[in-house]
Amino acid sequence: MSVAPALDPIEAVKNAYPQAVEDVVEYAGEITLVLNPDYLPAVARYVRDTAGLVYNFLSDISAVDYFPDYNRPGRFGVSYHLLSMLYKRRLRLKVYLPEDEPSVETVTSVWPGANWPEREVMDMMGVDFKGHPDKRRILMPEDWNGHPHRRDYPLGYETPMFSFNVEEIMKHKPKARE
Amino acid sequence: MAIQTADDNVNEMNEWQGALDELKGLVSERALTGETMLLNMGPHHPSTHGVLRLLLELDGEEVVTCLPDVGFLHTGIEKNIESKTYEKAVTLTDRMDYLAPMSNNMAYCLAVEKLVGLDVPKRAQIMRVICMEMTRLNSHLVWLGTHAIDMGAMSVFLYAFRERELLLKMFETLAGQRLMGSYIRPGGVWRDFPPEFMPQLEAFLEIFPARVDDYEKLLTNNPLWIDRTQGIGVIEPEKALAWGITGPSLRGSGVAWDIRKSMPYSSYDEFEFNVPLGEHGDVYDRFYVRILEMRESIKIIKQAIKKLPATGPFRSENRKFVPPPRGELGRSMEAVIHHFKLWTEGFAAPDQEVFSAIESPRGEIGVYIHGTGGNKPRRVHFKTPSFIHIGALPIMTHGHMIADLVAIVGSVDVVLGDCDR
Repeated sequence: MSVAPALDPIEAVKNAYPQAVEDVVEYAGEITLVLNPDYLPAVARYVRDTAGLVYNFLSDISAVDYFPDYNRPGRFGVSYHLLSMLYKRRLRLKVYLPEDEPSVETVTSVWPGANWPEREVMDMMGVDFKGHPDKRRILMPEDWNGHPHRRDYPLGYETPMFSFNVEEIMKHKPKARE
Repeated sequence: MAIQTADDNVNEMNEWQGALDELKGLVSERALTGETMLLNMGPHHPSTHGVLRLLLELDGEEVVTCLPDVGFLHTGIEKNIESKTYEKAVTLTDRMDYLAPMSNNMAYCLAVEKLVGLDVPKRAQIMRVICMEMTRLNSHLVWLGTHAIDMGAMSVFLYAFRERELLLKMFETLAGQRLMGSYIRPGGVWRDFPPEFMPQLEAFLEIFPARVDDYEKLLTNNPLWIDRTQGIGVIEPEKALAWGITGPSLRGSGVAWDIRKSMPYSSYDEFEFNVPLGEHGDVYDRFYVRILEMRESIKIIKQAIKKLPATGPFRSENRKFVPPPRGELGRSMEAVIHHFKLWTEGFAAPDQEVFSAIESPRGEIGVYIHGTGGNKPRRVHFKTPSFIHIGALPIMTHGHMIADLVAIVGSVDVVLGDCDR
């Protein structure tokens, strides 16, 4: 079986979708293609099906929140970590989404396995995936308020008790009803 | 306690109706009319391997739809790491996949090293390989025991845990802790192998191959085992790839993808080992792939013992990232400064993102780290194989009996701590 020679993913995507690629970042041997969110499913399908690229496997979807002072196109970044098993290399597609109603098209039609990772991002980061088949919360309880992985969501902790502050803490500590 | 009124009852009914509405489109129409039955399996069920709830739609005893519900063990580890320095977060990674803690350490440390550009000395790489393969054996032994006990083969469980005890003793020798050693750190490992470790490891390798033969005698050709496992939970290679399945579960379907072989890390390219493959993608093939993997792990550990240089650093000596050994503190002022800086403030990492993945006993663990330019990460995300595999359970279980469901859940080897993080 002959294998088509590997293509440069940056060139290939830029040629096929000139308006889609907004930026290219190369760091530590990894390539990140920053895309216009409107083109995401099209580019995803393109890099999966084109001979010479064949990013057939979706490793992960992860989201990052650039709150509070971001000098980027949007507050949220959603990254799609792709893997080409044929050429043994990885590619990251990234979209920046605005603070108000962050939303991007789902890629479950390209990789059905994107279902749960997208649900996780929806739940924990509050990014909406348009056309996702199952929008229930996944890790947090159904009636939870807020999205815990946002940077403005407090971590929450309990002050450790020592002899010098035990009385102060016990004054405010919620107790089970007697 | 409030007295329940008729109004409350009506409200409860409404709430219940709401929950059913939410399932529209997820379960078949027949469930809404009551033709098929909706049944909860778990979250407290011995064969769901932790707190996993499976919402089943049953037609008689046949599974029509299986909706896994996870999140009961969510502990906010990713959120917690955002408030820790890079090295201090290592201890949290142990607690995700508690059956293979060192794989998590390794995946996290590789990502940190990639982010800051830190090199690992050769000797440390080989030491890491030994630890990782021991972890693989440890995890596969628990899987073998629990998978077999789910299907009624009690004795395998006892034998597997007998050998696991030896491994845990060795982890204790190494790291002072049986389960969550946090032994692998950014830049290398925590300390050198103690002198009593190698004899223990060699004694273990002496007896272990015969023990694997014993497990195989109990299961591999056992007609009851074959009846329960062959042709059950079949997943075709194309489907497995589309659903993101990795590790032994993918190789059980015949896809030759092992990150240790294909995209080697930590000097795995210098080792000779085979990647066992299945043919049918059923429960039996996933079982047999893991058994063969245990034998390959023994081979790798034996080679690593031969390759391990007698002397040399076990951790990087780049003092901007790795604290100096304790002994230097009395002699060198710089060592004191580095020690103080690294344990109070930690090191800074650039405002960039990296993703690195390794082959854990369960599949591909991917770690995504986004730095801030400061000493704490902006975001750390773990892609864990159990999460993806539980997401793919619906397609594996469709049309099987409840009893087979137990076999399928066992065969993909899920750990709920790994899934929920």
